[in-house]
Amino acid sequence: MDREQSHGVFTGLLRRDLKLAVRAPSQWLNPLLFFVIAVSLFPLGIGPEPNTLREIAPGVIWVAALLAAMLAQDSLFRADFEDGSLEQILTSPHPMSMIVAAKVLAHWFITGLPVIILSPVLAVLMSLSFEGWWALLLTLLLGTPILSLLGAVGAALVVSVKRGGVLLSLLVLPLCIPVLIFATAAVKTATVGLSIEGQLSLLAALLAFTVTLSPIAISGALRATGGGG
Amino acid sequence: MWDWFHRLGSPKYFYGFAGALVPWLAGLCVILFAVGLYLGLVIAPSDYQQGDSYRIIFVHVPSAWMSMFVYVLMAIFAAIGLIWRVKLTAILATASAPIGASFTFLALATGSIWGKPMWGTWWVWDARLTSELILFFLYLGFIALQTAIPDRQTAWRAASILLLVGVVNIPIIHYSVDWWYTLHQPATITKFDTPSIHLSMLIPLLIMAVAFKVFYITVLLSRARAEILDRERKTHWVQDLVRSEQI
Amino acid sequence: MSEFFHMGGYAAYVWSAYGLSVAVLVLNVIAARKRNLNVKREIKKLGTAVQ
Repeated sequence: MDREQSHGVFTGLLRRDLKLAVRAPSQWLNPLLFFVIAVSLFPLGIGPEPNTLREIAPGVIWVAALLAAMLAQDSLFRADFEDGSLEQILTSPHPMSMIVAAKVLAHWFITGLPVIILSPVLAVLMSLSFEGWWALLLTLLLGTPILSLLGAVGAALVVSVKRGGVLLSLLVLPLCIPVLIFATAAVKTATVGLSIEGQLSLLAALLAFTVTLSPIAISGALRATGGGG
Repeated sequence: MWDWFHRLGSPKYFYGFAGALVPWLAGLCVILFAVGLYLGLVIAPSDYQQGDSYRIIFVHVPSAWMSMFVYVLMAIFAAIGLIWRVKLTAILATASAPIGASFTFLALATGSIWGKPMWGTWWVWDARLTSELILFFLYLGFIALQTAIPDRQTAWRAASILLLVGVVNIPIIHYSVDWWYTLHQPATITKFDTPSIHLSMLIPLLIMAVAFKVFYITVLLSRARAEILDRERKTHWVQDLVRSEQI
Repeated sequence: MSEFFHMGGYAAYVWSAYGLSVAVLVLNVIAARKRNLNVKREIKKLGTAVQ
């Protein structure tokens, strides 16, 4: 009974957030556009030589994805904080981690998933080979949820800070470094035709680790900062 | 013992206790620095590979050690503060942050100065320097978050969660940077570390490390005193104390 | 003595590293003292204003 109820809260919140995103497309469209524009600036700044592009592609795409994820993070709890619904959620009897998981999953759907869907286009823009693109896709699949989770920790911490976007990046970007390192290494290794199982399992371990621990941090942070309203 | 510990937790008692301790610690600190510098700069022989440039180790390594030690200590304060709600932990961690950040800066700067004669350039993306740089960012993040939230208690609770998240992530970041470095390591670069350190170099290094630690405690206690006055400004004992003092 | 300051040709590096260290440590002490003084001044000013 209790479990069923929590389940209802989870899907309810998820559906609500997705509906809001559909109604206000700029929320997810703008970071996505930023991502595409940022990536396409690099060939213009560095030169169109395909070998050079291939060399820098993993780093460029991943850094751009990181920055785009940070851009969208700021709004994760902001609206709920300002209209008071966050306080209601905090005082509701449902397990906090369930609520947090729904919010983060919704966030990943509207920021992580579009980036993954767009990855073939970016691979073509940056002259990545098929193997490179495939590795990029896999690393994005494993890595973007980590970014969403870490970003949510930051978003919860700065929820009461006006114009907390830059602060959020300052807090969260250093924590994202392992993801960046393992993911770009995987794509690079794949482009020279070697196995990337090692890097992928490291990313998967990182994902499992983040999934288990960050909900605790996020709910703790929300309790610390969001309660007062 | 427990009783004393509990009393130490009260800001008023701690203020007096720290005030009594600071002059002694400062004296000890001066002595340790004098001995360490004398042994390190005068007595220790020059390195057969690096010449006298290796002497930077006596400030670089202690500050690098302290930069990590202070961050971990701050995280411990954060954990204690979150679990037992001891007032003092917020004061100690807040007072630690600028000192720890300055140690991190020092480790970076001296590492870079050391790198110039060793590598021929001011900055190399060496694993240790890179980790230190990321640690510096973590310190700055902590300070920025705490100053961004106006309410002191909220700021401290948010910052302590950030500290705990940071300290859990530090080993992962460290490992990934090490891994990344071995992946990209250029063959021509001479390795930074001294393979087997001679005793005549190890002793001054350890003395300097202790000197840095004592220095940290001294500055921490005097910063914590200011912090206590600031937070307890409405209480009678602070008002009386300040009024009786000539400034 | 001059040999000591020469540091086997690495004088510029060694002494700038040590100079910087001294600067950082001294600044730490000064900052702590200044904060102490400022807090006390502030409290004194506000305290007398109340009475």
